[in-house]
Amino acid sequence: MSTALLEDAAAALEALGTMWRIRLFEEAVEDLYGRGMMHGTMHLSIGEEAIPTGTCLNLVEGDQITSTHRGHGHCIARGADLGRMMAELLAKDNGYCRGRGGSMHIADVATGNLGANGIVAGGVPIAAGAGLTNQLTGNGKVAVCFHGDGAVGEGAWHEALTLASMWDLPVVFVCENNQYGMSMSAKSAFKVDLSAKAAGYGIPGETVDGNDVVAVAEATARAIDRARAGEGPSFIEAVTYRWRGHSKSDKNRYRSKEEIAEWKGRDPIAAFAHRLLESGLVDQAQLDAAQSAARDAIRESVVFGTKGEDPDPAALLDAVYAPSAVDATDTRLQEASR
Amino acid sequence: MSMREMTYSEAIREAMALAMTADERVFLMGEDVGLYGGAFGVENDLIDRFGAERVRDTTISELGIVGMGVGAAVTGMRPIVEIQFSDFTAQAMDQIANQAAKLHFMVGGQATVPLVIRAPGGSGTGAAAQHSQSLEAWFTCIPGLKVVMPSNATDAAELLLAALEDPNPVIVLEHKLLYKQSFEVPETFAVGRLGVGRIEREGSDLTIVATGVEVQRALEAAEQLAADGISAEVIDPRTLKPLDLPLIVSSVVKTGRALLVQESVRFGGFMGEISASIVESEAFGHLQAPVRRLCGLDVPIPYNPDLEKAAVPQVGDIVREATALVREW
Repeated sequence: MSTALLEDAAAALEALGTMWRIRLFEEAVEDLYGRGMMHGTMHLSIGEEAIPTGTCLNLVEGDQITSTHRGHGHCIARGADLGRMMAELLAKDNGYCRGRGGSMHIADVATGNLGANGIVAGGVPIAAGAGLTNQLTGNGKVAVCFHGDGAVGEGAWHEALTLASMWDLPVVFVCENNQYGMSMSAKSAFKVDLSAKAAGYGIPGETVDGNDVVAVAEATARAIDRARAGEGPSFIEAVTYRWRGHSKSDKNRYRSKEEIAEWKGRDPIAAFAHRLLESGLVDQAQLDAAQSAARDAIRESVVFGTKGEDPDPAALLDAVYAPSAVDATDTRLQEASR
Repeated sequence: MSMREMTYSEAIREAMALAMTADERVFLMGEDVGLYGGAFGVENDLIDRFGAERVRDTTISELGIVGMGVGAAVTGMRPIVEIQFSDFTAQAMDQIANQAAKLHFMVGGQATVPLVIRAPGGSGTGAAAQHSQSLEAWFTCIPGLKVVMPSNATDAAELLLAALEDPNPVIVLEHKLLYKQSFEVPETFAVGRLGVGRIEREGSDLTIVATGVEVQRALEAAEQLAADGISAEVIDPRTLKPLDLPLIVSSVVKTGRALLVQESVRFGGFMGEISASIVESEAFGHLQAPVRRLCGLDVPIPYNPDLEKAAVPQVGDIVREATALVREW
């Protein structure tokens, strides 16, 4: 699958387009926030686009992902509708979560995205549980768990890897090591490369350049194939860097301007575009077209989102529990559950 | 209906077996639920009958196993996760409170989490402060969870079956002291209904609302009270969330007095919620005495057996409080 990125112009342009959609979606979000049209907070993955893109192009229908608080990229790479995403961030009723979840809980269950997560490592055991469903039902599907370097410090991460390893579950843990858990540097926090930790669980671990979409795609393809073949979980550390702050409150006191500038020089989108151009697989006009198609799609998503209806507060109480057969037949119980 | 005798544990085991037989999506996982047969023997031979695939021994990883239950539930399975002692839910609380309970809401209804968590609580076994708590109030204040406290074998089985049919996460707080007790149960268990309380004994002088092991104590107390000329109505809400408030309110309208009994600590406890709900209801105008709570002391459960008994309401305490409520007002 992944080698096609350097041989098949359509596949390459598709991957480039995905990275552009993630980048431009987040730039649009940042702009809307700056203009006071979006509230709350958000966590941008600008600079990290190669990881969800390279990983998700190896997935098939029915494969699941779990995502993180920095999850727009995962959602887009898994094939979510940009308009419904933007509507959600704009807190509209036609958003994916009907305005109840926002950026931190964006999900598109129909494409297998079980959701972003406001809790660091919250999605890690959930991905293992999806893997357990896949194993128990023999459905041939794989669950991919995106998480950050910060999650590696959580007990949930350890417990999920322990169980996934014990049961050889079809799960791939993709660690987006953007080098800071908020302000805590991963280099200070962890005395080994994160991929070295995989050995402690008896599963394959590999570190790749997370800004190289081809390297990510190749490594995750191996891990996903392995999981699909019933050989158990793998751990991939994809090293990258977040250009923006952790969230909107970040004053970047824990890192230098030089460091940020250096990593901006390793832009995953520019690097891939350059490589495609150099190899002669595509020409500049095709690259420009991919970017401009992404720009149009984002523009349309903003229009769609801003035109959405505001959610009705009267619907809130009915949104907490899924209706059960009993509730539906007994109004007294509905009353009692209020 | 023809009846038979069965322990609370046997009833739970039979319900799990029924569910696993009827629905291949149902499986069980937890610490020592397989080869060991469950820390309290609840699972016993289930692993022999259903295999290690469906009766899964886990590592000691409460957060991990509840989280895997969430993941399995959201992708189409019907997992039962056993937490060996309800005290250990503290280890699993992120997955219970932030994930299982909220997912359906947070994603705008795109997903459901039909997860059942079974966890034994309560004191009386000499297991001291970290293995004896009654933590139902932790769970009832989390929107998205349903909370069940079965006080007898039939409810333990039938409400478990109801929980498995429900598309929402349900935590079933079993009681350790009940596991080995025998009860009369129906020949076959039916699927119960969450949110429906029951009048365990009818009476006219006061309403005693009790939960978990205190239901039995309240019934024993009612027997003694009757001998003293006091007619107590005993209500078991059975499900704390959703709560069958109409049943409680109509009883208090009738009797004019309410004694609320729980093993858990008084401060911030669930009976405070029932108390407030009674005084906010039409029962208020019928009250002939203040609503009274009889709860566990605000202490960790102690080890010494006499101290342990003193920390939670016993039959004599209920008799004393009920008598005072009726005779002094």
